[in-house]
Amino acid sequence: MAKTTFRIGGVHPDDAKLSRGCAIEVLPLPQVVYISMAQHLGAPAKPIVAVGDKVKAGQVIAEPGGFISAYVHSSVSGTVKSIAPRKDLAGNYMTHIEIAVEGDEWMEGIDLSDTLVTELPDDRAAILEKIKACGVVGLGGATFPAHVKLNPAPGSKAECLILNGAECEPYLTSDFRIMLERSKEIVIGAAIMQKVLGDCRCVIGIEENKPEAIESMSKALSELKYPNIQILPLKKKYPQGGEKQLIDAVMKRQVKSGGLPISVGAVVQNVATSLAVYEAVQKNKPLVTNTMTITGDCLPVEKQHNYLFRIGMPLSYIAEYAGGVPESAAKLISGGPMMGKAIANLDACTVKGSSSILYLSEAATKRNPSSNCIRCGKCADACPMGLEPFLLNRLYKAGDTDGLEANAVQDCIECGCCLYSCPANIALLDNIRLAKGQVMGIIRARAAAAKAAVEAAKSNTAK
Amino acid sequence: MDKHLVSPSPHVHSKDSTASLMRDVVIALTPALIVSVIFYGWKELLVIAASVFFCVALEYLITRFLLKKPSTVADMSAVVTGLLLAMNLPYTTPWWIVFIGALVAIGVAKMTFGGLGQNIFNPAITARVFLLVSFPTAMTHWEMPKGLFGVDAVSGATPLGAIKEGLMQGSSVQDLMAEHGYSYAQMLFANLGGSAGEISAIALLVGFVYLLVRRVIKPYITLSIFGTVFVFSGIMWLINPAQFTDPVFNMLTGGMILGACFMATDYVTSPMSDKGGVIFGIGIGLIAMLIRYFGAYPEGVSFAILIMNMAVPIINKYCHQKKFGRA
Amino acid sequence: MSTTIIWTIVILSALGLVLALVLFFIAKKFKVEEDPRIDEVEKVMPGANCGGCGFAGCRAFADAAVKAPNLDNNFCPVGGNEVMKKVGAILGYEIKEKAPMVAVVRCNGTCTNRPKTNVYDGFQSCKVKAALYSGDTGCSYGCLGCGDCVAACKFGAITMNPETGLPVVDEEKCTACGACAKACPKHVIELRNKGPRSMRVFVSCINHDKGPVAKKACAAACIGCGICVKTCTKGAIVLDNNVAYIDSEKCKLCRECEAMCPTGAIHGVGFPKELDKEAVKARIQERNRKAKEAAAAAAAAAPAPSAEPVK
Repeated sequence: MAKTTFRIGGVHPDDAKLSRGCAIEVLPLPQVVYISMAQHLGAPAKPIVAVGDKVKAGQVIAEPGGFISAYVHSSVSGTVKSIAPRKDLAGNYMTHIEIAVEGDEWMEGIDLSDTLVTELPDDRAAILEKIKACGVVGLGGATFPAHVKLNPAPGSKAECLILNGAECEPYLTSDFRIMLERSKEIVIGAAIMQKVLGDCRCVIGIEENKPEAIESMSKALSELKYPNIQILPLKKKYPQGGEKQLIDAVMKRQVKSGGLPISVGAVVQNVATSLAVYEAVQKNKPLVTNTMTITGDCLPVEKQHNYLFRIGMPLSYIAEYAGGVPESAAKLISGGPMMGKAIANLDACTVKGSSSILYLSEAATKRNPSSNCIRCGKCADACPMGLEPFLLNRLYKAGDTDGLEANAVQDCIECGCCLYSCPANIALLDNIRLAKGQVMGIIRARAAAAKAAVEAAKSNTAK
Repeated sequence: MDKHLVSPSPHVHSKDSTASLMRDVVIALTPALIVSVIFYGWKELLVIAASVFFCVALEYLITRFLLKKPSTVADMSAVVTGLLLAMNLPYTTPWWIVFIGALVAIGVAKMTFGGLGQNIFNPAITARVFLLVSFPTAMTHWEMPKGLFGVDAVSGATPLGAIKEGLMQGSSVQDLMAEHGYSYAQMLFANLGGSAGEISAIALLVGFVYLLVRRVIKPYITLSIFGTVFVFSGIMWLINPAQFTDPVFNMLTGGMILGACFMATDYVTSPMSDKGGVIFGIGIGLIAMLIRYFGAYPEGVSFAILIMNMAVPIINKYCHQKKFGRA
Repeated sequence: MSTTIIWTIVILSALGLVLALVLFFIAKKFKVEEDPRIDEVEKVMPGANCGGCGFAGCRAFADAAVKAPNLDNNFCPVGGNEVMKKVGAILGYEIKEKAPMVAVVRCNGTCTNRPKTNVYDGFQSCKVKAALYSGDTGCSYGCLGCGDCVAACKFGAITMNPETGLPVVDEEKCTACGACAKACPKHVIELRNKGPRSMRVFVSCINHDKGPVAKKACAAACIGCGICVKTCTKGAIVLDNNVAYIDSEKCKLCRECEAMCPTGAIHGVGFPKELDKEAVKARIQERNRKAKEAAAAAAAAAPAPSAEPVK
């Protein structure tokens, strides 16, 4: 099969998939879990349990706090100890529900067995409702509520469901492992989503550095015989797993600036999301578990793991269980080294989208002092959105918001390619992120003002 | 570590640094330097050493004592400037001219603008042009030593200079070529007369290919210069071969290859977009050929690069990379 | 020879005359009518163009001041009352005097008080750091120490103290333009009344965490214990969300709160004498004792307090 990739920019960091050989292990339950109300993109969920309540695993403990929001379920059975602000991994306060673990009792109707349910349900609305009720969110990083994405606005038609198995971030192997170990479930999940989207075609994009995954998924595909699903090997290039980049790689179409994937007929979901959809729809199991990788360049391979964790487990508990934080670790990261978040607080807890604890050595991660820009243009070559980071950085420093908007700072996907490739170690993305925030604020304010003006005009004519 | 680091993403960095890129340029220049040392002997080596030494020393002194900032010599850019300057000087250049060249390159062209990354003009070329205008005889006259190729010690001008002079006296190009016995093979491997940067086209091209392979530079600027020179001189040559030299001659002589491969592609003083690079290259090719054919100087690449350096900000303003999802 | 000279002079003079006329008419034709008072006002302005007044620069301020119906909303913090009086004199407006202000750093998080919990390795900018996380100490409210305020100050009035890691405001140079307060993403810097002879008392902490949490993060945090509120006889201190705040209008600079504060979060600056904490504490105890006695005596004297006349 011809390998393909996205057409603009990109970088080739060392993929360092050190933990690829580690089979997924199930983490034992801790004594207490803290379940965050911000497990997803959008409004935080609202707790619906009270202190002292007994809860079972899989029970709803918080409701969506807005249209873009999601249900949160208890990942364990036990007693609610507190509902209070607690620091997340960046040290910022967020409401957490503290549950003391007692036994491991699941809600009725949840199928915990391994039996494969291959028969697809028919009712589109019921499937969507189930996905929503089970709190499924995108597990590729952005944790966007899945039911919103799978229910495109009327008038837009999905032509292609793209399953993201690129796992382009170095080090991470959790998607790789589920593609190996749970390939059939993922394929069924894809078939369910295909059905929800109105029987569009489905492409599973997997980077070529994971031949075992390609093989295993192909096998599952040929055994299950769902129509119109294919596997597309992709050339290894970061950020292949970026939504817009993946659409470009698979469909050779570019989503317009500010547009949604559905505008070019695409819906992108991660393979882990597909697995969650399978569990939600076929097994009635809410999203309370996910797979994460414990890895790093300063961790011996025998100490590396892929774990099935439950949401709300403290990171420190997991790190301790895996053998403790290595001495030589200079930075702890939740997520990949390109877009992951540095862990400032190891007492923070896992959320639905947690994908790793990554230990990087000082040599690998410490930033070098920055020097003058030599105008080599490497940042512009690396930018997968075709932006000119050196220019945006300069405009930001000059406070030129009009210039920033004209040069499309709002299109930045914060992939980190610019800072990664800058030979002078200039903090391009650090500043561009702020510039993007500023410009997005201006754009939103302008849109709101325009809307208000239109409404005012409407009400005037109505009078 | 006792306390862990926290920073915004990305948390890893490519192996490229300013110093590593400059080191690659130094490596790329090495073949040409070796050929010139073989050809001209230890005197050439002295010029190279003096030029690098003066450039690095001046950069150090200026940053530390004039600007009172941390020294920037570690980024190796002064070494590159020194090498490029040396490649533009005859091996007979006295040390004080080398010093003046280094002073102009580092002191005037680079540091007055704020150091690496801030300068408008390529430092080495600025110095070369300054020296060419100030010391025309010392800069254009070569004394041929008894080198590796057993040529008797003769003094003379570069091929470009000889042809220009002959044309002024009314001879035709064909006669002059025959008279001086210039052959393409000789130009390609080891030219008669010329600075280190003019002596061997093949050694320079080897370095250029190295830079391309290492992805230090992109080929757009160089190729558009070559293309323009070839097409323009080809047309002129077809019109009147007695008056205008042929395209291959123009590609292989003078600082054309050095200029196109190493000087015009200087990051700081060239456009940042591919499209801009092509425009920049076409400009250099045209101006260089206009000067060679119609100007008073036999060689025009340096002037052409300097003139186009001035146009870089405006090229950057209007030429951008293609953006994702935008027409 | 002489004709050449004469002609030269004649032609040059004629040319000069013609050009002068052209310039004169152009100037006439394109003259922009501007209120001459704008120039006058601009002349008395400090000319720092800092934007502290809310306008783009001194000229813009002058323009706005001339057009404004009164000067209540136009105040130059840099020039202060003196400059505003001059402006008022030119424009014929009354000037309401404003108390001089100064920038105050409300954070005690020195390196010793507030131990680091991690090392920040990103771009040295408070804005970038604040957008990323809560900071490299246990306190998520205090100064981040990257010096955005130093960069924002156009008067060179703020410097970082390398020992404490906190910014220091030079009161002589500070013009209270407010640029630093705007630049601080944590809102640590406040513009406060400078106070009589530059004496003032303020709570140097904005940590909203509960006492034990705040105290754990920083030894000199305001723990919201409320002792200062009880101590203050002027009602100048309010406790809001675990942090005390002193109203500079009501504060009479008695420094009792400063003496009583268990963590040393309250700072008195500009006072000629060191605060003798023990003496002040003794004085407060004495007063409390007397008040108690008086209350007891009053209670004894009037067995039926409800019978007392109510004002």
